[in-house]
Amino acid sequence: MSRHLTGSQIVCEALLKEGVSVIFGIPGGAILPLYGVLSQYPDLRHILVRHEQGAAHAADGYARSTGTVGVAFATSGPGSTNLITGLATAMMDSVPMVAITGQVGRAAIGTDAFQETDITGATMPVTKHNYLVMRADDLGRTVHEAFHIARTGRPGPVLIDIPKDVFIEMGNYDPDEPIDLPGYKVPGKADEAQVDAAAKLINESERPVILAGHGVVLSRSFDELREFAEKAQIPVITTLLGISSFPENHVLSTGFPGMHGMAYASLALDQADLIINFGSRFDDRIVGDAKRFSVGSKKIHVDIDPAEINKMITVEAPVVGNIKDVFGQLIPKVNKTTHVEWLQHIEHLKAEHPSLRIPETDRLMGQHVVKALSDVTKGQAIITTGVGQHQMWAAQHYQFTNANSWLSSGGLGTMGYEVPSAIGAQVGNPDRLVWSICGDGGFQMTLMELATAVENNLPVKYAILNNNHLGMITQWQAMFYEGDYQAETYTGNPDFVKLAEAYGIKGLRATTQDELEGVIREANAHDGPVVIDFVIEKVDDVYPMIPAGQSVEELIEDPN
Amino acid sequence: MAPEGNRNGTFQRTIAALVLDRPGVLARIAGLFRRRGFNIASLAVGRSERPGLSRMTFVVEGPEEVVRHVAAQLDRLIDVVEVRDITEQNIVWRELALIKVKANAGERGEILELANIFRVNVIDIGVESLTMEISGGRQKIDSLIELLRKFGLEEVIRTGRVATLRGTLIEGEKDGLFQSDASRSTYTLPTPTDESGAV
Repeated sequence: MSRHLTGSQIVCEALLKEGVSVIFGIPGGAILPLYGVLSQYPDLRHILVRHEQGAAHAADGYARSTGTVGVAFATSGPGSTNLITGLATAMMDSVPMVAITGQVGRAAIGTDAFQETDITGATMPVTKHNYLVMRADDLGRTVHEAFHIARTGRPGPVLIDIPKDVFIEMGNYDPDEPIDLPGYKVPGKADEAQVDAAAKLINESERPVILAGHGVVLSRSFDELREFAEKAQIPVITTLLGISSFPENHVLSTGFPGMHGMAYASLALDQADLIINFGSRFDDRIVGDAKRFSVGSKKIHVDIDPAEINKMITVEAPVVGNIKDVFGQLIPKVNKTTHVEWLQHIEHLKAEHPSLRIPETDRLMGQHVVKALSDVTKGQAIITTGVGQHQMWAAQHYQFTNANSWLSSGGLGTMGYEVPSAIGAQVGNPDRLVWSICGDGGFQMTLMELATAVENNLPVKYAILNNNHLGMITQWQAMFYEGDYQAETYTGNPDFVKLAEAYGIKGLRATTQDELEGVIREANAHDGPVVIDFVIEKVDDVYPMIPAGQSVEELIEDPN
Repeated sequence: MAPEGNRNGTFQRTIAALVLDRPGVLARIAGLFRRRGFNIASLAVGRSERPGLSRMTFVVEGPEEVVRHVAAQLDRLIDVVEVRDITEQNIVWRELALIKVKANAGERGEILELANIFRVNVIDIGVESLTMEISGGRQKIDSLIELLRKFGLEEVIRTGRVATLRGTLIEGEKDGLFQSDASRSTYTLPTPTDESGAV
């Protein structure tokens, strides 16, 4: 039944119909009419952030951790452009999000009006789709289309730009109006012939490995992955974003491969006769030199996005479909088997190439912090990270036992993701422990969101692996720029404990290995946000490492 | 027909797409082509037989391993309803060109004779020039342009290719008046480069 409402009311009604309960945003002139009706919709909880990038990353963290669509509001001009990093982060990692931005009034569009930006033009490359809605009558259908596009198929961010006067205009909203997307296809089950071809390769294979990517997480196929792996006894390598799709204390768990992955995982991929890729896009951090990537193996690539097939690596058996559906088709066709010799070989690789050595030293290293976190939280926390050395140590040394607990900017590599994404994850999972493992560099890119955690009493624990350096930059300058260190040292870092206290947050510090367990337990016991300054060794490198564009032949396990 | 190489060692593909007739569609497609490294050799757009939908015919150029993904990437756009890479299919295509050529009284007869042979329409005659309209395959138009060059070309305006699948299952002959294309045998694959551009 159609109702006559203002544009703002239509947006809110449509959000409620989509099941939205949380919005991250900041108001501004062009979006004020939308904020003007929020008091009529108490079921829409608005969380005020400090910067629009924080709104986007918080919505992203909420979406990844809950499996629902994250929602962000921002105003026109700078409000909308500040979202872009967050949209690009979500786009690269296929995260379902809807961003609603205010735009200048229709009559002012194209006149270089105050706070006018062509945000639909600017965000075309970093959104799955976007809209500029010029009539209130179109708003309801557009919101429903946006959610449908964001959450189905290969998920991604969708932006809806709404001129200020369209929020105010009266329009008709019919919640039952069908969406109109003739060009949008959502793959479900795969073609049976493709599944048969894949099953044949799997049943013939002697040295198969599974490469489980973000697609397994996005399709929530954790149980199916485990059933499949156990039935055919195939080792499971996860990609960086596939981490926590498979319990890491499982005997078949074989780490993550690639640039800073476990050497045994990279070697297993290289020595396999079959790679079964579920929802990974064969990213360059895994593949390195495509011409030398696992040349002896056949490949099966299961992906919901046909454009990913043969994009990086040519495969023998493409399977286009929703991974959850494909598991359902594939599992009955795969023989129950053991692969004893191959699994013994994998165990041998793990023993020969342990990959997770922590330097023997009395000093505090980043790896010690992550290992202690993993032990104290029993691998059950939600972990968010930024990008750099701390991210790689987190990926290497936190042993995830809970599904869907790893939130990290894999594709775009966004420093600063760690602070707001943890807020989004905590809002979406009030009963879970959320730890944000931060670098001192990334933390300072988005630390203003500490105020958001305080205002909403979100008990996020921020662990800053503080070496007063851009650690990964230091490592690359040492390795690839003849030690010509430039702009890698932070000499003016704040006292992070005092900073926390300035926000009214509990601030802790640890400088030795002996203090680790105590401060982590103290943080866990505190009912509120905590910032811990872990003062770690100034310079340490992340290993193993396969330099960019190289192959497993150039793998540096541990130069020390 | 096989993917066409051109003089630069790049490959051409012909793509037919049915797209929503909405503002911004062309910008989305152009943006996609730009960021994926596809060059548009020609583009023709117009309303289709279905209300609200436009047809686009692209000829896309680039290294083969890049351009073979054009259709799949286009299909990801929400506003693209249907896309087909028709390069290797049995298609008929045409493009239209308007050619304004210098034509003084002494040479006009020879030019009109050429126009007659090529079955083109002369649509404007001035004192110093005449303009003809030609439609056909690429080689036919290229040939006429080459033959007219010695008279002095003032302006050449080409629409780009429009293409459709043939309505018959019989393999069609290559389109256009002039069937020979000696240069085809010299087409080479692009040299693979080791520069992955990885960071």
